[in-house]
Amino acid sequence: MTTLAPTFQHPALGPQAVFRTLLDALARPGRPLSITGDVPGPPAPAAPALYAAALALIDFETPVWLDATLQPLAPTLRFHTGAPLVEDPANAAFALIGNPLAMPSLAAFAQGTAEHPDRSTTLLLQVTSFAPGPWRLTGPGIKAATSFGATGLASDFPTQWRTNHARFPQGVDLFLTAGHHLAGLPRTTWIEG
Amino acid sequence: MGVLARASAPELEALWRAHGAGAALAPLRPAETGLVMVRGRAGGTGQRFNLGEMTVTRCAVEGPGGVIGHGYVKGRDKRHAELAAAFDALLQDEARRPALLAAVIDPLAAAQAQRRATVAAKAATTKVEFFTLVRGE
Amino acid sequence: MYVAVKGGEAAIENAHDWLAEARRGERSVPELEVAQIKEQLKIACDRVMGEGSCYDPALAALAIKQARGDLVEAAFLLRAYRTTLPRFGYTEPVVTADMLAQRRVSATYKDLPGGQVLGPTFDYTHRLLDFKLLAEGEVPRPEPTPAASADGRLPPVTDILAREGLIQDEPPGDDSAPVGDLTREPLLFPADRDLRLQNLARGDEGFLLGLGYASQRGFGATHPFVGEIRMGDVTVAFVPEELGFPVDLGEIELTECQMVNQFQGSDTAPPQFTRGYGLVFGHAERRAMAMALVDRALRTNELGQDVTAPSQDQEFVLMHSDNVQATGFVEHLKLPHYVDFQGELSMLRSLRTAWQETKA
Repeated sequence: MTTLAPTFQHPALGPQAVFRTLLDALARPGRPLSITGDVPGPPAPAAPALYAAALALIDFETPVWLDATLQPLAPTLRFHTGAPLVEDPANAAFALIGNPLAMPSLAAFAQGTAEHPDRSTTLLLQVTSFAPGPWRLTGPGIKAATSFGATGLASDFPTQWRTNHARFPQGVDLFLTAGHHLAGLPRTTWIEG
Repeated sequence: MGVLARASAPELEALWRAHGAGAALAPLRPAETGLVMVRGRAGGTGQRFNLGEMTVTRCAVEGPGGVIGHGYVKGRDKRHAELAAAFDALLQDEARRPALLAAVIDPLAAAQAQRRATVAAKAATTKVEFFTLVRGE
Repeated sequence: MYVAVKGGEAAIENAHDWLAEARRGERSVPELEVAQIKEQLKIACDRVMGEGSCYDPALAALAIKQARGDLVEAAFLLRAYRTTLPRFGYTEPVVTADMLAQRRVSATYKDLPGGQVLGPTFDYTHRLLDFKLLAEGEVPRPEPTPAASADGRLPPVTDILAREGLIQDEPPGDDSAPVGDLTREPLLFPADRDLRLQNLARGDEGFLLGLGYASQRGFGATHPFVGEIRMGDVTVAFVPEELGFPVDLGEIELTECQMVNQFQGSDTAPPQFTRGYGLVFGHAERRAMAMALVDRALRTNELGQDVTAPSQDQEFVLMHSDNVQATGFVEHLKLPHYVDFQGELSMLRSLRTAWQETKA
């Protein structure tokens, strides 16, 4: 058998549905959404939501950085997306992280420029699970405040995130994924706790 | 792969019936048409620039032993890309390779070389022979 | 300001039906096949591929048929079609020196390695209408006389000048640097040569020809020679990310023109010939030559010369070369401007009233 995992069954509708979910996730930070329908079986050790999001977002013009845990995805991603893989996280348009406990600091990724804040890295992190706490999230897309948390993130993540938030309009955006679920954390979101 | 890309789909179809039919192949990426941006160089040798796009069709199949056969061909003929991928997969099988090279690739390459030679010969008939001077060679 | 107007659906549908009927023309005449257009109106297809910026002769032929021979409309159709396709990537730069040349001529050297190869050219025809074609007589097909040791590869003429350092170098530059792409980012000024060449390669042939002609006549003084024109098949290779090595996709036909221009030298450059470069899809010699003239004119600044003519003015040339954009903006004047016009009318009436009052 080949080491390649499949992609979406439908080349247009599959990624469109996932893209829509990703947009919703950024519009409603900290609210876990599920990926359903045309979800391709991921190559180990990626979870379905991370893999589907990666296939929906990445193409040949978006350099990708993979952490050590997700290196086994390299042939599959190259084949389906044509994306170049980069060594330096600062050159990545997307970063796929299977083990957030060992990941580089958020500052190590592309932060965008004052003229092009959009040229920062978008990170896809695979966490163990989501929880309704202990963090308190506020910012655009959140009415008053929401409770959110994720297991499998480094303990200094909230501190790093506040530094990232302070770089606005620069800074990275983030998707947390767990199993079939994902949640968005755009750079505009403030985390307390 | 270049020889397969330059062949025509009917040529490959006939060769496939004779030499490939029955091979165990599984589709990996169905044939799809897209664009490739053609690049040139300023002055022929200088800085790169984007000249314009061309249509390209690609396909990938999985052959025996998990090998991946790739087809990348100019134009929009999906069957052409499928057959190119299929032959590419079989050509990676060391046991079948020599026979396929002899029966498929070599004759196609020879026919393509012949077509090139015909164009070159035709062009040569329009070469200006100056008679006021001896060509300095 | 445009107003959304509703209605007219039936009229539009009927107009389109009539268009289809008019496209078909007189029914007693056999319908044109796309393959006939592709094979017998090849130069038109080549122009549409160039201005449509999409190499696919069969699609260009289809676009010409659908557009009733309106080549600008056909280029528009091809541009619209390309937006529906995913892009797989970029080819390796084509090596025009390795071209299987059908034609290669030079105005600078009579005797040159490989010789002057005329190929299928209109040059030397007498421009007399051939009434045999009207009578639909088949042209006899000549058998090629095999020529000794012709592999079709001809060394570029500019190499001869380059060996003596008499012509401006074309250094390959930094191949790791990104290449500007008009289909991805908006055009900003000053535009680097990569973007200028991409713009010119898809520019309107008539516009480029007029500018090139003007530059010859004195509006942007160039004194060019055709160093070389070559036309023929070039191999295109592409590196799929999943393979990591170049794959030949086959051949495409290109026309290349190297213009050699007189140059006196300036504070920043020694006296030597300068270059203008044209490279276009298909057999499109006039287009390649015009592109080379305009490319040279647009290099005025980098050669330390003053911009004095429109053909040397980047914004003038590059912002107006694209016939799809140009036709869009010119033809948009047909759109309903009812509110604008009512505003102008009421303004004009009040101005007239005021004017009459001052005269009274």
